[in-house]
Amino acid sequence: MRAVVRVAIAAAVLLAIYGLRLGVEAAFTEYVQRIVLLAGINVILAVGLNLINGTTGQFSIGHAGFMAVGAYGAAYVGVKLAGPLHGTLGSGAVTDAVIFNVALLAGALFAGISGLIVGMPSLRLRGDYLAVVTLGFGEIIRILFNNATFLGSATGYFGDDPSGLPSYTNFFWVFAWVVIIVVAIHNLTFSQTGRSLTAIREDEIAAEAMATPTTRLKVTAFAISAATAGIAGGLFAHMQAGVRPEDFRFEKSIDMIVMIIVGGLGSISGAILGGIFVAVSLELMRDLQQYRLVLYALLLIVIMIVRPQGMLGTRELHHLLRRKKPATPAVPAERA
Amino acid sequence: MTQLLQQIINGLSLGSIYALIALGYTMVYGILKLINFAHGEVFMVGAYTGFYAASALGVAGFEARNQAFPLYLALLVLVIAMAAAAVLGVAIEFFAYRPVRSAPRLTPLITAIGVSLFLQNAGMLLFSPNPQRYPAILSEVRFELFGVIVTNIKLTIFAVALCLMLALHFFVQKSWTGRAMRALSFNIDAAKLMGIDTNRVIRATFAIGSALAAAGGILFGLDQITINPLMGVLTGLKAFVAAVLGGIGSIPGAVVGGLLIGLAEQLTAGYLSPEYRDAITFVILILILLLKPEGLLGIVRVEKV
Amino acid sequence: MRILRRTLISGLCAATLASAIGCKKTGEAGSTGGGTSATEIVIGHYASMTGSTAHFGQDTDRGVRLAIEEANAGGGVLGKKLKLVTLDDRGDSAEAANAVSRLIDVEKASAVLGEVASSLSLAGGRVAQRRKIPMISPTSTNPKVTEVGDYIFRVCFIDPFQGKVMATFARNNLKFDKVAILKDVKNDYSIGLADAFQKAFVAAGGTIVAEQSYSQGDTDFSAQVTAIRGTPAQAVFVPGYYSEVGTIARTADRLGLKVPLLGGDGWDSPDLFKIGGDAINGSYFSDHFAPDAATPKAQAFVANFTKKYGQAPTGLGALGYEAALVLIDAIKRTGKNDPVGIRDAIAATKDFEGITGKITIDAQRNPEKSAVVLKVEGGKAKFEASIAP
Repeated sequence: MRAVVRVAIAAAVLLAIYGLRLGVEAAFTEYVQRIVLLAGINVILAVGLNLINGTTGQFSIGHAGFMAVGAYGAAYVGVKLAGPLHGTLGSGAVTDAVIFNVALLAGALFAGISGLIVGMPSLRLRGDYLAVVTLGFGEIIRILFNNATFLGSATGYFGDDPSGLPSYTNFFWVFAWVVIIVVAIHNLTFSQTGRSLTAIREDEIAAEAMATPTTRLKVTAFAISAATAGIAGGLFAHMQAGVRPEDFRFEKSIDMIVMIIVGGLGSISGAILGGIFVAVSLELMRDLQQYRLVLYALLLIVIMIVRPQGMLGTRELHHLLRRKKPATPAVPAERA
Repeated sequence: MTQLLQQIINGLSLGSIYALIALGYTMVYGILKLINFAHGEVFMVGAYTGFYAASALGVAGFEARNQAFPLYLALLVLVIAMAAAAVLGVAIEFFAYRPVRSAPRLTPLITAIGVSLFLQNAGMLLFSPNPQRYPAILSEVRFELFGVIVTNIKLTIFAVALCLMLALHFFVQKSWTGRAMRALSFNIDAAKLMGIDTNRVIRATFAIGSALAAAGGILFGLDQITINPLMGVLTGLKAFVAAVLGGIGSIPGAVVGGLLIGLAEQLTAGYLSPEYRDAITFVILILILLLKPEGLLGIVRVEKV
Repeated sequence: MRILRRTLISGLCAATLASAIGCKKTGEAGSTGGGTSATEIVIGHYASMTGSTAHFGQDTDRGVRLAIEEANAGGGVLGKKLKLVTLDDRGDSAEAANAVSRLIDVEKASAVLGEVASSLSLAGGRVAQRRKIPMISPTSTNPKVTEVGDYIFRVCFIDPFQGKVMATFARNNLKFDKVAILKDVKNDYSIGLADAFQKAFVAAGGTIVAEQSYSQGDTDFSAQVTAIRGTPAQAVFVPGYYSEVGTIARTADRLGLKVPLLGGDGWDSPDLFKIGGDAINGSYFSDHFAPDAATPKAQAFVANFTKKYGQAPTGLGALGYEAALVLIDAIKRTGKNDPVGIRDAIAATKDFEGITGKITIDAQRNPEKSAVVLKVEGGKAKFEASIAP
């Protein structure tokens, strides 16, 4: 019985998102729509990164590399699959949907695997060293793509069509995936595994003393986080003409960090707010033109000094609304 | 054979500059356990200060008349740049790092990244993003030995780097502040209990490290011919890797690490492919952290619970 | 109490964001691009004004801005003033698409100029093509850019042509048969030009004796130069930008590599001589116009640019100016502020007298124009040869 209820809720949510899509596309200009889509992609990035940086407390500052792997992977698979699948299933929205989601999952798989490859050696390191090693891996990934001639090297991968990659990404897909990922990560964070991850963040040695398989959990969380960045990358790729290595520089990793810092490191709702904030604030700051990036950096410094826990700290929005003083660290209330 | 020798000479001179910058990273990390991401930008500011100081002292006039810039003026440029960088380093410490000194490790890390980004973009605004030709504070003279071409600038880099490193070594071993720095890097709380004014020592550490980076910046400009506001990003990161390679917290380690990274970079660029010259630094970082995390000359620290 | 305060703060933030988005939305709902203002025609320009390639974007923008100001000083176009809106894309392709999107939806541009980098032109071009707003790229040389659609044009050479120019010159004029290539792998302009040169040079009977590379932003070229020094190369083809070429020349001179360097229009900048000094003398590069054999219009441009900005223009600035001129001319010929009409007028451009010679836009929306080969002598570029398509 419960499974049927869940499926019904899922279908209703998807229908609601579809309805929202029609509304958004009618009401807003292409420019605003693009910002909305980018905000959604940012939310996926932020929530995914928050799992490893916030919940597990392992600092990765090279996540743009995983986004790149997902973007290239999804783009490549999507382009190569389009021919055969169009042949067997005929063209049309359904085929496109199939191609797109298969491509996204492929991208996520590649990204997850690269997350494993990076995570396994790195997660034996602590704190600052881990941060710099992940930065290094992020750069190595970008340099590899820059030299991959079959993927267009520096010019980028634009698929086989002169007008670039097919634009599968739209409001529906972005926000459907946002819901899927937020729900999945939320369930993970407030499960037994999630509590173990939080324990690792709070005191890794104590957690290990309590027989928590810390390395295995850390690597798994890292891989999951990389895979979500891969989904975001795949969605990102299919709203662009192509993917280039320059789009996944260190600056992109910094953007992702700002998202989770502003919202509150360790809070999923914070990550959502942070993701939206970054997408919107840069556009709103356009009038400040050349001072944009200087102010952005200043903002980061000020937040760190004045309110390092960001907007929500490690709490979630639904904790605040419950008017209960949450014990620190965040002990999640039992879900109904 | 001459090609190999040439690449080695080039690698060592680049490496000496990395060593000068790495010293700043290693000293700060040894005491505060903080990666001063902004150190690369201090290097950049030092180079630009040298640029503007030399212009103010009329280097263009000497160049036009084909005369050598007087040595005493060149030294003055160096001193001005080192002083300016020292001031900048202390200011960064005071405004950005001190407020978060007691925060969990990640907060100062992000603050450091923020300061680095701020200085890069401020540099783009103030100094213009165009690469600038470095003035001939030293006129270039070429020698050829066994088919290998060496310029007097490369010799100067070796000489200046060596002098500064020796000076630092004596300072840290013999002087009061130097010994205080070593004390703080062992145990900052015990040092406080011993009555050492930790803030003063930390300020001195930042000042010295920044001054060395500025010297590196001027030498870099002379050797690499152009400077630009983003020059500190990659160079700073490579110098940090050099400090880790040699053993973070160890001053001789920073020197060894710097030279090794410089060599590795040049040899990779010459024999493998120039496209991987930056990647090799990261590969070295990953290898050293996996195989010998305390670095080549570092001491193993056991973490007690 | 704390919880209440936090909730209020979070709510305020959310409300601020929502109202900010809302403010952007009112007045734009369902509108299309295209000028509807009675008093001005909006021209958009998207470029990398910040980021690691900021100097290229800013160079180009200076040229565009000068052209617009001169047109306005001369009474505007079709009785209306031109309004230039320049948006920064931070060197990022998502931002490039955003910028074009914003220029069309918010700024109501009738046409856009941009971008310098071919990959960014591809990103922004797709948006412009879909929204049927004409776009002229001043400097993107990758052939794919104009293949995006019939609304995308350019005013610069495409790589295959320019590569062939230097290859032909090296073979026929300088009589070289062994050349090394040193290309910038972070830059699709450089890669494309190097490929084109290689094909043409080999087809003409020459051999490429070495292929080395660097990345834009590098300052140390001693490894590459040392490697080339050990080959029998008679010249080195360096199809990069002035910022690195000057340093490469000095490094080559310093390390005893005495052969001439060959290059493309990316060399064109006063900084080339400032940085390269004596080391760059005796080298050749292809370009759009020769400063010592320039038309009066070109000379006037250089003089006005220098007066306004205090520095001589680079090739990017010249092409930015050129793209703006072509656009302004097309608007005049259309007779009204209509993007579709403007597009047709651009496509019909024939023998337009710009500052870089006569331009005719061909069926592939690329310009047909001659290239000149310049020789660097005494710190200046001098006319050496002219090569027609």
